[in-house]
Amino acid sequence: MFKIVKREEMSQGTVVLNEIEAPLIARKAKPGQFVILKANDTGERIPLTMAYTDADKGIIAVIYQVVGKSTALFKTLKVGEGYQDVIGPLGKPTHVEKLGKVVCVGGGTGVAVLHPITRAMKEAGNRVTAIIGARTKELLILEGFMKSASHELHVCTDDGSYGRHGFVTHALKDILDKEKIDLVVAIGPVPMMKFVSKLTKEYNVPTLVSLNPIMVDGTGMCGGCRVSVGGKNQFACVDGPEFDGHQVDFDELMMRLQAYCEEEKMCHNEFCMLEEAWHKK
Amino acid sequence: MSVETTAKEKKQKKSRMQMPEQPPQVRARNFLEVPTGYTPEMAREEASRCLQCKNPGCVEGCPVGVDIPGFIKLIHEGEFTQSIRHIWTMNSLPAVCGRVCPQEIQCEGKCILAKKGEPVAIGNLERFAADWERAHGTGALPPKAAASGKKVAVVGAGPAGLTVAGDLIQKGHDVTVFEAFHKPGGVLLYGIPEFRLPKEIVAQEVNFLERLGVKVECNAVVGRTVTLDELFAQGFQAIFLGVGAGLPKFMNIPGENLVGILSANEYLTRANLMKAYLFPKVDTPIPRGKEVVVLGGGNVAMDSARTALRLGADRVRLVYRRSREEMPARAAEAHHAEEEGIEFFLLTNPVRYLGNEKGRLTGMECIKMELGEPDASGRRRPVAVKGSEFKIDCDLCIVAVGTGANPLLTSSTPDLKLNKWGYIDTDPKTGKTRKKGVWAGGDIVTGSATVILAMGAGRGAANSIHDYLNYGW
Ligand SMILES: Cc1cc2nc3c(=O)[nH]c(=O)nc-3n(C[C@H](O)[C@H](O)[C@H](O)COP(=O)(O)OP(=O)(O)OC[C@H]3O[C@@H](n4cnc5c(N)ncnc54)[C@H](O)[C@@H]3O)c2cc1C
Ligand SMILES: Cc1cc2nc3c(=O)[nH]c(=O)nc-3n(C[C@H](O)[C@H](O)[C@H](O)COP(=O)(O)OP(=O)(O)OC[C@H]3O[C@@H](n4cnc5c(N)ncnc54)[C@H](O)[C@@H]3O)c2cc1C
Ligand code: SF4
Ligand code: SF4
Ligand code: FES
Repeated sequence: MFKIVKREEMSQGTVVLNEIEAPLIARKAKPGQFVILKANDTGERIPLTMAYTDADKGIIAVIYQVVGKSTALFKTLKVGEGYQDVIGPLGKPTHVEKLGKVVCVGGGTGVAVLHPITRAMKEAGNRVTAIIGARTKELLILEGFMKSASHELHVCTDDGSYGRHGFVTHALKDILDKEKIDLVVAIGPVPMMKFVSKLTKEYNVPTLVSLNPIMVDGTGMCGGCRVSVGGKNQFACVDGPEFDGHQVDFDELMMRLQAYCEEEKMCHNEFCMLEEAWHKK
Repeated sequence: MSVETTAKEKKQKKSRMQMPEQPPQVRARNFLEVPTGYTPEMAREEASRCLQCKNPGCVEGCPVGVDIPGFIKLIHEGEFTQSIRHIWTMNSLPAVCGRVCPQEIQCEGKCILAKKGEPVAIGNLERFAADWERAHGTGALPPKAAASGKKVAVVGAGPAGLTVAGDLIQKGHDVTVFEAFHKPGGVLLYGIPEFRLPKEIVAQEVNFLERLGVKVECNAVVGRTVTLDELFAQGFQAIFLGVGAGLPKFMNIPGENLVGILSANEYLTRANLMKAYLFPKVDTPIPRGKEVVVLGGGNVAMDSARTALRLGADRVRLVYRRSREEMPARAAEAHHAEEEGIEFFLLTNPVRYLGNEKGRLTGMECIKMELGEPDASGRRRPVAVKGSEFKIDCDLCIVAVGTGANPLLTSSTPDLKLNKWGYIDTDPKTGKTRKKGVWAGGDIVTGSATVILAMGAGRGAANSIHDYLNYGW
């Protein structure tokens, strides 16, 4: 078992952080890489990016949004309990180098994934501006972390309840209008990454996005995670998960993410009913 | 019964003992094993058909040279335990091989009786002996050599890796198997379905190795979690690579990323490894198509088609570009599939997929093929018949047109030499790679082949590793 040593809820309990004992993975992990976790015997294999790692303590941290059956199940795991299986580090690490000015844009739980990359970009000697956004103030995560990981932080909320009123793309546009940027890294919901990529294309600024297609093995064996990049098929788990945002077919990715819509609803409902029944006991 | 004294001719006339099976209509809707096994009486009766040839063709046909007349004689005499012990000396996974070897082109294809009619049911008998031992055996472990103090790492827990582990632990070495998935077994577990190879058998074979002292580390993606050089640094003196050929191939035709098109690897992994056919009792979903098309003509295609039927499809069609004769599937699987109602669309090739506005598969356009001149493989090359395009409706398509070498491990180990297809280059006799202390065998060397060939490669490599540990490279 891979034991949970620390657990925190954020964003009104819709986002959960787990620090997990996984010394072999902690030793090897680099920013941008992910793990696959399976809670128990009947569990699904779920990919989550490592938000940070500590090789000395032998821990990795994941931050996940509760969206369906499996992440709801993960949320029930307490400190001292754990995951039956954790596999990784998987995927290619982010290519980090000194480029000059880098803007890191994160939306929703994407901020968790963005955070180690932002830090690495700063440590590599880049001047890093970060923009993070959420629907509303309560859903914003990791503001403090992002502040220390960057030189300058902008916060946006869709409803204006905190920071700047509006989408992250608005804040990004202002920056692109003002100065020459060498790289944009955008991680968040697929529509956000799509619109960021569209915008940066107009300004001709290279853009990295991190894709989250449905995965099974995470080792290049099933092809379930295939995405179209520049008209070519790529397996996100081994060729990615980061790709050139200007080449990605985001519409196809959005459709493919809906593949198990019906099944997921069925599974999640059943789980919620079980939970409810259990709480009533 | 005086079977021994019966004249040779009489034996030849006896017809082959059929193994009882679930009826096609029943089994097409459940995941239980299709053939249910011989009773001891049936096994002894079938064993009595063997002529005990002096120069048996059957043994030549078996890639690992099982002493077939020898073990069959023991079954005939009712010495089932002796019989399985005898098989084990050459083949460590008889319960598996009896079920999945393509016997018709191996042992049974070379049986003298095949020339005149029906060969001895060697596979069925091998399976019987192994099953009998599982149900009635003492579970006693074979003797083990004294500990050598040498550590060996095996990468991949498929038939090749498990064979190496079994052989080397018995020779006294300290063996650890590293497996990327959360469970060991390789294709036996994630590929071949329950109705053809119950997973309990695979688990028991692995358990047997663990009882012998083999350590199995799952969730270890070698190349990522740990590299070969790190394994050497940890004190492993020899490494065997049996990582299989698990990279799914697609057709590269328009529309291939529509929702509802899966590689056979994904479909079968969901069904077998993740047990998604029990969904929602387990959490992993699997698409349940009503009108299913499977592309390909091998075992993988048959397994996918028959799985789709068991998951409730109304209609399952198999689209294959050559003719029935060229189908690489085991004869028994093609036969079982047909009996269950799978329709074969032969000499047909897909041209493009059709989808709706939601990006979901609704059908495909196919073209008729005819066989032209033989190609490099000696098989007649299928060529498209101009203007013969036609459409078929489907809501699920499983692509089973072959697999290639997965570069995950090999790309992180630049000093391994690969051939032009990405498979590992080895010495065919010993399984040695170009990297000192590293061996490879099974599908990652040959491309997708068979369980018994992977085991044979494992055995050869194990012998070579043993020599290396004693005498050097
Ligand atoms: C490389 C990678 C890294 C990721 N990192 C994070 C992370 O750090 N934090 C985080 O909150 N989420 C991350 N995700 C997404 C996360 O894996 C999914 O949210 C999770 O699998 C949903 O599982 P569920 O059973 O709770 O929801 P489900 O009920 O299965 O589905 C809910 C929604 O999630 C989508 N989904 C289902 N399965 C997957 C899957 N395997 N991968 C992606 N989406 C899926 C569905 O289409 C649906 O829209 C990552 C995904 C990938 C591929
Ligand atoms: C659906 C299907 C049906 C088949 N039917 C038959 C049949 O009826 N008869 C027959 O004889 N053959 C059949 N075959 C072929 C046969 O199963 C294979 O030839 C055989 O399993 C190859 O064995 P292997 O040990 O080389 O590799 P595999 O069985 O592929 O095992 C390789 C193992 O290595 C693991 N691995 C991969 N990469 C890594 C890594 N980097 N680190 C750690 N572990 C890793 C994999 O997860 C896997 O468990 C079938 C194959 C399939 C897919
Ligand atoms: S191992 Fe396979 S080929 Fe050899 S005797 Fe057994 S079934 Fe036949
Ligand atoms: S060739 Fe056939 S009859 Fe002869 S020993 Fe082998 S199985 Fe028996
Ligand atoms: S998740 Fe299976 S190939 Fe990427």
